[in-house]
Amino acid sequence: MTTHTQNPVRLLPGSELLLALVAAGGLLSILAAGFSHDHLFRLQAYVFAGAAVIFGFALTAGISGGTLKYEPDRYMDGVIRAGVIATMFWAVIGMLVGVVIACQLAWPTIFYFPEAGWLNFGRLRPLHTSGVIFAFGGNALICTSFWVVQRTCRARLAGGILPWFVFWGYQMFIALAALGYVTGITQGREYAEPEWIVDLWLTVVWVAYLLVFLGTIWKRKEPHIYVANWFYLAFIVTVAVLHLVNNAALPVGPLNHRAYSLFSGVQDALTQWWYGHNAVGFFLTAGFLGIMYYFVPKRAEKPVFSYRLSIVHFWALIFIYIWAGPHHLHYTALPQWAQTLGMTFSIMLWMPSWGGMINGLMTLSGAWDKVRTDPVIRMMVVSLAFYGMSTFEGPLMSIREVNSLSHYTDWTIGHVHSGALGWVGFISFGAIYCMVPWLWKKEKMFSNTLIEWHFWIATSGILLYIAAMWVSGIMEGLMWRAYTDQGFLAFSFIETVSAKHIEFIIRVLGGAMFLGGALIMVYNIWRTIRMPSTAPQAEARPALAAA
Amino acid sequence: MTKKPPEVEAEKPTTGHEWDGIRELDNPLPRWWLVIFYISIVVAIVYWILMPAWPGINGYTHGIRGQSDRVNLEHSLAKLQFLRGAQAVKLTNASLEQIETDPQLQSFALAVGASIFGDNCATCHGQGGTGGKGYANLRDDVWLWGGKLEDIQHTITVGVRSGAPERTTRMPSFGRENLLTEPQISDLTQYVLALSGRSKDQPAVNRAAPVFAAQCVSCHKADGKGDQTKGAPDLTDREWLYGSRPEDIREQITQGRGGVMPNWGKRFSPEIIKALAVYVHVNAGGQ
Repeated sequence: MTTHTQNPVRLLPGSELLLALVAAGGLLSILAAGFSHDHLFRLQAYVFAGAAVIFGFALTAGISGGTLKYEPDRYMDGVIRAGVIATMFWAVIGMLVGVVIACQLAWPTIFYFPEAGWLNFGRLRPLHTSGVIFAFGGNALICTSFWVVQRTCRARLAGGILPWFVFWGYQMFIALAALGYVTGITQGREYAEPEWIVDLWLTVVWVAYLLVFLGTIWKRKEPHIYVANWFYLAFIVTVAVLHLVNNAALPVGPLNHRAYSLFSGVQDALTQWWYGHNAVGFFLTAGFLGIMYYFVPKRAEKPVFSYRLSIVHFWALIFIYIWAGPHHLHYTALPQWAQTLGMTFSIMLWMPSWGGMINGLMTLSGAWDKVRTDPVIRMMVVSLAFYGMSTFEGPLMSIREVNSLSHYTDWTIGHVHSGALGWVGFISFGAIYCMVPWLWKKEKMFSNTLIEWHFWIATSGILLYIAAMWVSGIMEGLMWRAYTDQGFLAFSFIETVSAKHIEFIIRVLGGAMFLGGALIMVYNIWRTIRMPSTAPQAEARPALAAA
Repeated sequence: MTKKPPEVEAEKPTTGHEWDGIRELDNPLPRWWLVIFYISIVVAIVYWILMPAWPGINGYTHGIRGQSDRVNLEHSLAKLQFLRGAQAVKLTNASLEQIETDPQLQSFALAVGASIFGDNCATCHGQGGTGGKGYANLRDDVWLWGGKLEDIQHTITVGVRSGAPERTTRMPSFGRENLLTEPQISDLTQYVLALSGRSKDQPAVNRAAPVFAAQCVSCHKADGKGDQTKGAPDLTDREWLYGSRPEDIREQITQGRGGVMPNWGKRFSPEIIKALAVYVHVNAGGQ
């Protein structure tokens, strides 16, 4: 430790204020727990109080021990290192839960725990979706955006201690949401299950994130804002809007965990799918395009293919995506004209989505030899290929006639996973494989061979998964609509479920392989961190001062 | 390495910006990309002209094809009615016996029954109708509420303990409500076992005889053969709704469980219920 150097240690601005707020928040939580008659709300209040105690101690130790150093001439990388670890931790948790619920579907009598209600499929399923999207994906987005915005603005993260608050506040949101799912606190909105108090907490964290990001862009030393930052900013701003509108609800009481939506009926459904579809569009597409726009040219050491394409497809994507939500409600009580608009905007969305794929893949022109030698580049290329495939499949499935076959079937599950495993998973893994040696000052990853293993196992896993879901989805879709000559349904619902048994087992296998790849990656990262650092002194003062 | 010489790249114009070593080429939009993008916009506009699309203040643009999901639904339902054809009409007027004896009508009723049973009844009674613990087996000749065609039709129509006054009987929970003591229940268990010839504890059976006479015969009758008008099972056969082991019987005397079956008359038309009754009756071998 360099606590007692000649210069007095400057604390990260805002540390004491945050400590005071944590203490006040802890006190409020204890009061809320004491006065509430709702045991689930009390549970949430206790979590807040417990977290306040832990963070209070950690902050006090950081302030008095001098570890919360403010070094204005250096990039703020500690929070990114924490983010990388959190990303991989939640990746393993989220994917593990996914494998568990896949087993529950494949062998419902074996993986059935009537005495442990929190292990039911209905509780674990949101744990899996939120674990992968918001815990794994969200942490990947936050930590890469902190890396990218600093490097491409040549500015240290703004906000003093605020980035650390964003990081821990977000973990707190994940913990509260996850605890809610298993204890049965849910408002039943897909991908927006947490109830009002957790929603409010996320709002606070998200506004802090927006301020850090905007503040860093504000004090940039580059004349222009790099395209990756446009995408990150679109992601942060739009997710804030989506979150606020979709979760507009009236709590039963100030000390009650339950709240009721301000919308009802088909308006409620449309609001939910406006949110749900744009969670895909702005969280899982725009955000990860931000990752792509930095890490692909950086790793390939090639210029981005077309600046003009990046502008045009960015604005087209932003403008068109927000309209496409109604395609989730084809053939429902939603008026047909709204279905038409959802479908046609989805079709127009095809090329704006592909703009990102073209810009990524064409950036590699002249560097295709690296696809053979560098498994990280290959992972990113495959990621872009899955991105292109699922952004073609999406508009296809939004066509009403196709949707009448695909809707409610496993085809949707396959579509989502080609996006989630192929695109989101692989681009995040690629970015982290790039960042780990940079962050921990190593020459390279511990083992290139292990990255090769990760790549091949995970890619095979994805292919097994989505092929199985295509087969079972189209099969069950056809079975549902099959009529006998006498005009009666040919199959009962349970027969269509039994018919998918083999595909469900293949899905377990594919998912387990993807999880296995992630575990290999965790081992590889752990060994990389333990490697001796290269030139620790030379790297100590990075290029920030060179502005 | 097969890396291209740097001058090849240098020829391409960039925008002149650079961020952390990343530059941008000044390439135009790929033509094919732009063409497909324009085509997708044209497709959307054509679709808006043809189909219901844009909302206004009063209503929405209906499109020149006059398409409507509501009308389409009516068409498909009409098509279905046509497929089901004359048989469906006959089902309305025929009696249950006529349906079961007329081969053509019977095969139609079985098709209807199989379709309806699979999505509504199989949840509890099992895909093959063989039931489970607490759910009656419909493939044997043992009936709680009667196994004749009319009985089955009536059970499907009003359900069990779902509001119909003749279907409200319930077995008391003799243990939970302290109507009987623990030793009395043990003895009674032996008595019930003895009814199907399975008890080895004659003194207990003797002790329980007055208890059975006082508490059970009003529904299960003196000979233990039960009463189908009350849904009271026959205790002398070897078929058990909640299990045949002594501890299962003991549990049932203690808890007095009684299942609930929905009131399907509120959901299905009388013809569907007729077909379902025939389906269940034929598959059980008929009574």
